[in-house]
Amino acid sequence: MSIELEKQIQDLQKQVSRLEAGTKDQLSMVVFSGDLDKILAALIIATGAAAYDMKVKLFFTFWAISSLRDPKKNGKGKNMIERMFGIMLPRGSKKVKLSKMNMAGMGTAMIKGIMKKHKVASLEDLFVIAGENGVEINICEMSMNLMGFKKEEMIDYPQMTICGVATFLSDAAESKIQLFI
Amino acid sequence: MTTDELKNLKAKTIVDARGTACPGPLLAAKKGIGDIESGEIMEIYSSDEGTKNDIPKWCQKMTHEFLGIIEEDSYSRLFLKKA
Repeated sequence: MSIELEKQIQDLQKQVSRLEAGTKDQLSMVVFSGDLDKILAALIIATGAAAYDMKVKLFFTFWAISSLRDPKKNGKGKNMIERMFGIMLPRGSKKVKLSKMNMAGMGTAMIKGIMKKHKVASLEDLFVIAGENGVEINICEMSMNLMGFKKEEMIDYPQMTICGVATFLSDAAESKIQLFI
Repeated sequence: MTTDELKNLKAKTIVDARGTACPGPLLAAKKGIGDIESGEIMEIYSSDEGTKNDIPKWCQKMTHEFLGIIEEDSYSRLFLKKA
């Protein structure tokens, strides 16, 4: 009986240590939306989590990647369709629009004014703050190829990697919090 | 702690996060806590209403001891002891 109990306790201890090793104090987020308001929310949560000493990994995919473009840089070797996409999609965080009440750009300009008044950090500032606080940005290579974005036209960011879905899945699997924005 | 007790505290460092909105005060707190040793006291100035709820929660998670708040005219002074 006691041998059996001991064995059970050992099994449980093994399971507990496996579970503890499985999840880290880490936040993984898919940033999919290309809307100003949603990317703002994503960056505020990400920098907040960094203040909690959490490891933060953002997986930028589809429309969100536009916000990482540097308007001063150009991608090389683009074909005609890729160039067209490049022209039609926002060139960087200053050009992304509100998901609602954009009103041909008037709403977006207004909200930026209100944000300034309330001392809310701009998206540009938040990317800098995120970089300073070790927030990792992973960009989906497949989306970049689809939209014809090149790595050399992205902003200078200290922890930026081009990767695939496996990177997100591995990160998310060991994170306590996973979000999709 | 009572307001009088808080007023008598000598903070090792004061972080002035007035004029920043969420998550500014939180990030300022994170930065400031790195400059002090365990057991030392930090004071945060914030004009952001939400900070009064956020900093105690942050302290709980980071195991710092939240000591209390003194309300001033246009801002709050929040006290905590580093774990």
